[in-house]
Amino acid sequence: MKQDKAISLVLLLIALSAISGLALITVFIFKEGLPIILRVGGRDFFLSSDWEPSAGHFGILSMIAGSLAVTAGAMVIGLVFGLGVAIVLTQFCPAGLAAVLKPAIELLAGIPSVVYGFMGVVTLVPLIRTYLGGPGLSVLASSIVLGIMVLPTVTSISIDALQAVPRPYWEGSIALGATQWQTAHMVMLKAARSGIVTAAILGMGRAIGETMAVIMVAGNPLEIPHSILDPVRTLTSNIALEMGYASGQHRQALFATGVTLFVIIMVLNTVALVASRRYARRGGAR
Amino acid sequence: MVRGMLRLLAYGTAAAWVLLGGGCGRDAARAVSVVGSTSIQPFAEFLAEEYDKKNPGQRVEVQGGGSTAGLQATANGLADIGTCSRALKPDEAEQFTQTLIARDGVAIVVNPTNPVNGLTSEQLRGLFSGRIRNWREVGGRDGPVRPITREEGSGTRESFVNLIMGKERISRAALTQESNGAVKELVKGDPAAVGYMSLGLVGEELKAVSVDGVTPTAENVLAGTYKLARPFLFVTKGPARPDAQRFIDFVLSPEGQKILETEGLVRAR
Repeated sequence: MKQDKAISLVLLLIALSAISGLALITVFIFKEGLPIILRVGGRDFFLSSDWEPSAGHFGILSMIAGSLAVTAGAMVIGLVFGLGVAIVLTQFCPAGLAAVLKPAIELLAGIPSVVYGFMGVVTLVPLIRTYLGGPGLSVLASSIVLGIMVLPTVTSISIDALQAVPRPYWEGSIALGATQWQTAHMVMLKAARSGIVTAAILGMGRAIGETMAVIMVAGNPLEIPHSILDPVRTLTSNIALEMGYASGQHRQALFATGVTLFVIIMVLNTVALVASRRYARRGGAR
Repeated sequence: MVRGMLRLLAYGTAAAWVLLGGGCGRDAARAVSVVGSTSIQPFAEFLAEEYDKKNPGQRVEVQGGGSTAGLQATANGLADIGTCSRALKPDEAEQFTQTLIARDGVAIVVNPTNPVNGLTSEQLRGLFSGRIRNWREVGGRDGPVRPITREEGSGTRESFVNLIMGKERISRAALTQESNGAVKELVKGDPAAVGYMSLGLVGEELKAVSVDGVTPTAENVLAGTYKLARPFLFVTKGPARPDAQRFIDFVLSPEGQKILETEGLVRAR
């Protein structure tokens, strides 16, 4: 009995220290980053693409645009392929084959991001440069690399969501004469919707936060991309590229870049969560 | 019984940590750490290897991070020697003791398939600021120009900006790469690219063009005719630690200078 209490206390402490770590990081980046945003002014910081820290220009608009463009591209690729795989593995595929394919896709998550970046630079970038034009380092290259990187997250969570749909839904739909495909997209996908949104959110979090692979294939200029063949700089690569040298205001501006990233991720997650709850409720009422 | 084993395990782990910690501490006290410029890093690593061979038991550890990062690490006492591939700014020169270990040219590199063999400073300013957008304007084939630059704070970038760009800014559209190696990789694959990098690291796969009619060679850097040259510095905070000073002396010795010369740099004196 006494031991029980002691152990639960220890576990509580461990859990709290993990959470306090998160709180400390949040407080720290805001403390380091906010002052310079206030000093430079929100307009010059968020709505200007003029980034030249040594001359006192700290505009990060092009990087915000870059991060959003690359993440959107990655989500298109990740969702199309991830959902496709999840539907095939849960609806149209013999259980034995699914048992081999699912772990194989999850294995993708174990490959270090620098390897993805290297593969991108060596194979993907020359292909894009030769056949589509532009420098090769581009929104497209980053989106493809990130799309593959988010695949395991999107796939495995979507599979779990689809498998969690009660069996009678499927049986009922088939009994009503629906084909397998009709059942899959009209019943199963709808019933698993909130799980699929979760998959998308987690995938998006991974894509927007990824750094190493993106630095290698994105090109990192300071201009807003106009086409998917243009190179981009993302918020994360801006921090990682210049971190080693930064001091003083420049360092604060990099923390402010981190604050921006933090807020963007929070907003995206909240929007996605609220949207999924609302859908789920409406779906339930129908 | 179980509890006894657990206790044993705990003591064992604690003892191992103490031993490991002690070991690391002693090692750190002995190894000379050299931190800074990614341009100097490969040369410093080579020198450190030779030094270790000559003086068994005296380890020199070399890390990159960039010139400015190297200066900061030295100022904070995290590094014994900082390496810097640009001239020190006035306030930095006051703070540190500097030793010139070699000089290096900054080479302007293009893809080997590019027919352009020489550029003037004025043309370089145009190419990198984005005013010149087509290779035809500087005597090349018809096609876009893709300037490749280094990140803010890089010693190579600062040297290039000081020696060529002057007041003009590098175009925002320029691709930014975080090391000499990445610039090299990109220029090697892209016929439209133009970049700048350490002359000693150019190798066979890229074409280094002449600047204002002077070919970028070690002789021309030493003679002072190739104007895109910069110092490679070792900096210390005050007088160097005895073992760090021994390494610096080795680098400045005829033997060390010979190594740097064979590796493509220009000797200090």
